[in-house]
Order: sequence, then structure tokens, then C-alpha cells
Amino acid sequence: MVTLTRTTVAGRAKTRGRRHRGETLTKVLFVLPAVVAMVALFGYPVVKNLLMSLQDYGLKTFFTGVAPWVGLKNYSTVVTDKLFSDAMVNTALFTIGSIAFQFVIGLGLALFFHKKFPLSGLLRSLLLLPWLLPLIVSSATWRSILEQDSGILNRTLLKLHLIGDPVPWLNSPSVALIAVIGVNIWIGIPFNVTLLYSGLAEIPDELYEAGQLDGATGWRAFFHITWPNLRSVASVVLMLGVVYTIKVLDIILGLTGGGPANATQTLATQSYEKSFVDFKFGQGAALSNILIAISFVFAIFYLRGTRRAVDE
Amino acid sequence: MMRRTAYTVIGVLILCVMLFPVYWMLNASLQPSGNTLTAGFLPLHPTFSGYKRALDEQGGNLVTSLIIAAGTVVLSLAIATPCAYALSQFRSRWVSVGLLAILISQMIPGIVIANALYTAYERIGLLNSIPGLIVANCSNGIPFAILILRSFMLSLPPSLVEAARVDGAGLFRAFVAIVLPISKNSLITAGLFSFLFSWSDFLFALTLTTKGGVRPVTLGIYQYLGTQVQNWNAVMATAVLSAVPAIVLLIAAQKYIAAGAIGGAVK
Repeated sequence: MVTLTRTTVAGRAKTRGRRHRGETLTKVLFVLPAVVAMVALFGYPVVKNLLMSLQDYGLKTFFTGVAPWVGLKNYSTVVTDKLFSDAMVNTALFTIGSIAFQFVIGLGLALFFHKKFPLSGLLRSLLLLPWLLPLIVSSATWRSILEQDSGILNRTLLKLHLIGDPVPWLNSPSVALIAVIGVNIWIGIPFNVTLLYSGLAEIPDELYEAGQLDGATGWRAFFHITWPNLRSVASVVLMLGVVYTIKVLDIILGLTGGGPANATQTLATQSYEKSFVDFKFGQGAALSNILIAISFVFAIFYLRGTRRAVDE
Repeated sequence: MMRRTAYTVIGVLILCVMLFPVYWMLNASLQPSGNTLTAGFLPLHPTFSGYKRALDEQGGNLVTSLIIAAGTVVLSLAIATPCAYALSQFRSRWVSVGLLAILISQMIPGIVIANALYTAYERIGLLNSIPGLIVANCSNGIPFAILILRSFMLSLPPSLVEAARVDGAGLFRAFVAIVLPISKNSLITAGLFSFLFSWSDFLFALTLTTKGGVRPVTLGIYQYLGTQVQNWNAVMATAVLSAVPAIVLLIAAQKYIAAGAIGGAVK
């Protein structure tokens, strides 16, 4: 009886060993499709862009298959282009302007909706609509609202005597960037509200009750209780904001196409034009690599910041 | 009580301001063609001529977008779900490597992917094709779906699957029979977002198609905008039709949408 049990145990261990090896294989198969997809959709493009940026990869390449190596020539060409510094400045203004307003307005609205009044939940979810609409749909709608002669915004402002002449929102180099930033702020507010609201909801009520005993109410409660507890969520929101905003393309192409007179060209729109309008893929790749490099710098700052926060 | 009602009123006003452009899109789509932009705040004489024209000119493109979006959902979920399960339940030092890779992938601009896929598609003949656009759109769907599904699957107790394993089911059988049904809600959330990402895609539609054969509706709207706009009602009607999935999802799947927005960003 005893020996019988022993052999059974040994036999079981053997099958378990065999099964273990089979199981490692199954485990690999669970992730294999995703690994292949990530390598094909992200790894390959990054490597390919690095290579293309070092090649004279143009329209000719598609016919002859020849793309001579040119070292860093694409980078020096795009960086010395007179449009480059404009595009850098526009990218910075677009990103900083969008994020600053989205965040401040988003935080204000999150604090407001956190007051929990009748219908607050419903109103908060309806607020998400601008964020869910296809960007090109939002662009088309705002194009009609901002139309110089007959758009509803100018007509309303004229009727209220706030302006004397119609503002050429999208047709004047001096205001187009402001208009584009304004539209992007509108699109980004819901995302900021939703994430910041979820951060607010996680702050325990007891903290406020305890604060009240110490006289921390209103603004003092915000600076001493809300903000310190919201900081990690806020930094995620800001980091994601930068990473998403810096590569925005749809909205600008839909609203102005980078015009008028290149007033709304950013690194992303420049990269698109170099590759798909001028068919200079080498230069387009060089510009988009500069874009990735800037994103990474922000991400590293963010990661170091959160690690320090964890260490504390 | 008075104060809370006042908050509701302010909340409704905020919403009216924020959603005014959406209302304006609807209003402009119902105006007669030609003089659309001089329209008043209400469509006092609504006409569906804009919609008729939109369906005539963009109906096929809407179907194209629908097929691409549905394909993206199927492919993204098929690839992302097992991976999300692995990242949530398997003990391995590769888990953190995988998560880092997904986070970094979010920093890659779409134009980089478009640059590379264009040259690859040109060679293998996937330009101007629906499968080509489905694969490209998975670059939005897969990482997001993995993050959403993983954050849900982290809460699954390992004992759940172990019980089935004792009964002799293999890892994959247990995954299909137990994990998938219980993850229904997060699968819906991930699927909805994959659908919306793909339906909204403009960049890949713009760069990976070179002639008229395959044209998603976002590209149709862009081409309307490219020339001097003559018929705003048709443009706005197409915009409304393209906004329908977002509106339907927001109303029908409210709780999933907010969960998705949060789950994808903060793990």
C-alpha cells in the first residue's frame, strides 16, 4: 500500500515536470502575439525612422530601391531650415498653452463636480463628449464656428459690440495659433477633469474633517490637504498631456493645415509635410526623431520625479 | 438644498458652454444648403438635404470606417487579452519590462509609425487596403487594451484558475473557460475604446491611402474641408454621422467610458 502510494507520487511528479515544460511554452504563447505586434508596430518604426533619417530616402527610392547613406545631413538640413525655429516655438507655445489651460480649467471643474450635487455624475460623464469625438469632426465643427465672415463666433461678438470688425481667427498669422490652441484646450478639458476627479475622489474625507478642526477650510484646505494628495495624479495628467499634445497632428491639419503663412506649423506637421507632401522621407524621419527625443526628455524628468516622490 | 440646486444649475450651464460646438454641428447640419453659415441658433426650417448629400457622397466611406473599426477591435482584443492576463498573473521578471515597453510605446508619435508603415506597405502591397489600415490602427488599440484588461485582471484571485487546473484543464482552457467570461466588462471597455480610436483615426487614413479606393470617413471630411467649403450642411451632416458612435457609446456605456479613461492612464 505504502509503496504503491510512493510510485504514484513519483509518477505524478514526473507528469508534473513534463507538464511544467509544456506550461512554460503555453505561457510564452500567451504573450507572443503581443510581442510580435509591439515589435512590428513600435520597434520596427522606431528603428526604420532612425535608419531613414540617415539616408537620402525620397521619391526616387520608391522606384529604384536605392537610398544612399548621407550621415547626419538630413538633420542639418531640417535644423537649418528657416521654418525649423518657427516650428519649435509653435510646438512649445501649442504644448504649454494647451496644457496650462486644460489643467487649470480641468482642475477647477473637477473641484466643482466633486461637490456632489444632484445630477453631478451625469453632467460629468456628458462632459466627456468633446474628448470622444473624432478629432477631424471637432476640427470641421470649429472651422464652421470660427469662419471669418459668417461663423457664429464673429457674428455673436459683433452683435454684442465686443469687436468692431470680424476677427480672421484662422486666416491671420497673428491669431491662428491662438485659435488652434483654444480648440485644443476645449478637446483636452474632459480628459483632465476625469482624471483629476478620480484623484480627488481618492482623498479620504477624514483628512478634511481633521483639517476643519485645525481651521483648514476653503483655500487653506486646498493647499494643505487637496493639492499635496493630488500631486501624483496631477503629475501623471501633466506628463500624459505633454506626451499627447506634442505630437498632435489631426487638429492642426484639419483647422489650418499649418497655415496661414506657416503660422501654425509644429514639428509634427512639418514632419508630415516633409514625408507625405514633399516625399522627403529622410528629412521627415529626422524631424520625427527630434520629436521623440523631446518626449523622452519629458518622460525621464517625470520618471525621476515620481521615483523621488516614492523615495520620500 | 438651495445651494445644491444652484450647483446643479451652474453645472448645466458649464455643460451648455462645453457642448455648444456639438449642438452647433447638429444645428448646422439641419440648415438648408448654401446659406448655412448665416443660420440662426435654432434650425427653424430643418431640412435633411445635408444628410441626403452626406449619405450619397460619404455612405460608402462610413461603411469602410465601420469595417476597419470592427476589424481593429477583433484583432486588438485577440492579441491584447492573453498578454494582459500574462502580465497580471504570471510571476516573471519580464512583466515590468513589458509594462515599460507599453508606456514607452505611448510616446511614439503616430507620424513615426506612418513613415515606417508607408515604406513597408508600399513594398508588400498593403497601401490602400482595409487590412493595412486595421493593422496600423492596432497600434492604438493593443497597448491601451493591454493596460485596461491588465488593471482589471490584477484583481482576479489566482485560486480561480487553480481550481480549474486541479480538474485537469490546461492553462489555455482555463483562460478561455474562466478568465474570459469573468472579464466581460473590461473586454467591453477595451473593445469600445479600440473601436473609437480606429473610427476616429485620421493620420493613418491620410498617409496610408494614396488613391480613392479605400477612404475612411475621416478622410472624407478632410477632403470636404480642403477645398473652399461650399455646402456646410453636408459637411456638418457627415460630422454628425461620424460622431454617432461616440454619442451612442457615451449614452449606452457611460460607466465603461469613464473607467476606460482612468484605467488607461493611471494603472
